[in-house]
Amino acid sequence: MPLSQADVQHIAALSRLAFDEQELADFQTKLARIVAFVDQLTAVDMEGVEPMAHPLDLTQRLRADDTDETIDRDRYQQNSAEVADGFYRVPRVIE
Amino acid sequence: MSLATIDGQRAALESGEITSVDLVQRSVAAINQLQPVLNAFITVDAEAALAAAKESDARRSRGAAFGPLDGIPIAHKDIFCTDGLRTTCGSRMLENFVPPYDATVVARLRRAGLVNVGKTNMDEFAMGSSNETSYFGDVTNPWDTTRSPGGSSGGSAAAVAAGIVAGATGTDTGGSIRQPAALCGITGVKPTYGRASRYGMIAFASSLDQAGTLTHTAKDAALLLDAFCGFDPRDSTSLDSPMEPISARLDDSLAGLKIGVAEAFYDDGLASGCRDSLELALDELRSLGASVTSVELSNLYLSVPTYYVVAPAECSSNMSRFDGIRFGHRAAGCTDLAELYTRSRSEGFGDEVKRRIMTGTYVLSSGYYDAYYLKAQRARQLISDDFARAFASVDIIVGPTTPTPAFGLGDKVDDPVTMYLNDIYTIGANLAGLPALSVPSGLVDDLPVGIQMIGPPLSEARLLNAAHRFQSVTDWHTRVPNVSTGDGK
Repeated sequence: MPLSQADVQHIAALSRLAFDEQELADFQTKLARIVAFVDQLTAVDMEGVEPMAHPLDLTQRLRADDTDETIDRDRYQQNSAEVADGFYRVPRVIE
Repeated sequence: MSLATIDGQRAALESGEITSVDLVQRSVAAINQLQPVLNAFITVDAEAALAAAKESDARRSRGAAFGPLDGIPIAHKDIFCTDGLRTTCGSRMLENFVPPYDATVVARLRRAGLVNVGKTNMDEFAMGSSNETSYFGDVTNPWDTTRSPGGSSGGSAAAVAAGIVAGATGTDTGGSIRQPAALCGITGVKPTYGRASRYGMIAFASSLDQAGTLTHTAKDAALLLDAFCGFDPRDSTSLDSPMEPISARLDDSLAGLKIGVAEAFYDDGLASGCRDSLELALDELRSLGASVTSVELSNLYLSVPTYYVVAPAECSSNMSRFDGIRFGHRAAGCTDLAELYTRSRSEGFGDEVKRRIMTGTYVLSSGYYDAYYLKAQRARQLISDDFARAFASVDIIVGPTTPTPAFGLGDKVDDPVTMYLNDIYTIGANLAGLPALSVPSGLVDDLPVGIQMIGPPLSEARLLNAAHRFQSVTDWHTRVPNVSTGDGK
């Protein structure tokens, strides 16, 4: 199925990515090429094959719900561009 | 034993011929000498490395070394979080990210006394096969600096091939250890999925990502793997099963080893030089006592399209954590949250990462999930079943690692699909979660090529045994590239 410019814009919006006109055209071409390539899969009959959940057929391990280590908040927050009084600062979200 | 290998350095440290400070100084001097040509490193930590080397020497002199590898310099791919040392993942997004903790692989090697000299260059977020998607510039191949070292662990491969360090860590999601190892003439190992902890290893495609090693020899790989593999409660997909030391079985005889060769690997894309090298390697393995029979991997042709659905899907999910708020690049002057997310991500990610996020978002989006993601997970089961059937009759499968020797920088950047096809022989092992390695098997037009060995789950000891015995009768792994420290192997 060909990808329209509107499709690409929709995927970009879902991906939280923005492109200018030229980038959009380039992504449209390259994404169409990738989608056409992976479309090989749709031609193969896989009726009755169970989708793989884990390569070694294992299930998720659970741990006991106990407190073990705690983090050093100040140190973690050094990687944020903007913090104040132990909080992360973002643009106003409530009018 | 030469100082080019971890085993050689281990012996020299043990006999007192050399100190850790000597070894680290040599590595740092080599980085400084070769960085303008190879660009193999993103961050170098000479001061901390020398301090750690001094502590190592002090421990050794009072008979309290952490183990046989205490004091040996290594480098970590810049995808592994290092406590207090910048970790960029090859991206502008993490240009200033300083992790407050060590990845488990890093912590375990540190506890074994190995000294990290720096963080190696890589494709951005490990998404690439040529090291050309790095925000910090291309890495060049030490055998021919107009060519790619492969990727995504290209910096680790180039650093080891050139003799800067004897070993480096890497990660392999679709071939990112084995392909650069083959193209740089060294040994690369990807263990069974779940063997090495993914804790602190920045995620690309979580069901495929696996940490491993880049070294000259299989023996060195075994020494490093024994130091960092094994159960880690901090990784929910870590395998909680006993592990025998890989290095204990290196010298076992190969008499009776059953090798499978799959027709599927001999496709039109395989260069004749790579094919010839593979045939000669199989002869060597036969001379060591192995027998070779053919096995059927009839669904392997689906592995690249399957991978390019599964990996981008998991990538789009993993990359959603980069929102510009808690860590990573934050765009300036945003007035609302949506703008902050979109601009931070658009400025922080490069084109290939954006393409994979977009592809992943598309295949997971409403109306396409069944057609792509579910279908790909079915294909993955078919590919995995093929391997399981093959391993009922053979011990390991041997094939080429790459279709061609190293390609030129810039040759494949314009067409993503052509680039993706370079991983055609390596992806199957990731989709099926199998251990696999690449060892140097020849030179084609003066460029190294490798053969790949794939085994059933948890067969690392057998694979490394076969690779080690192969290296005991071949010398391809001892060849020195044009750009190197000049120390020889």
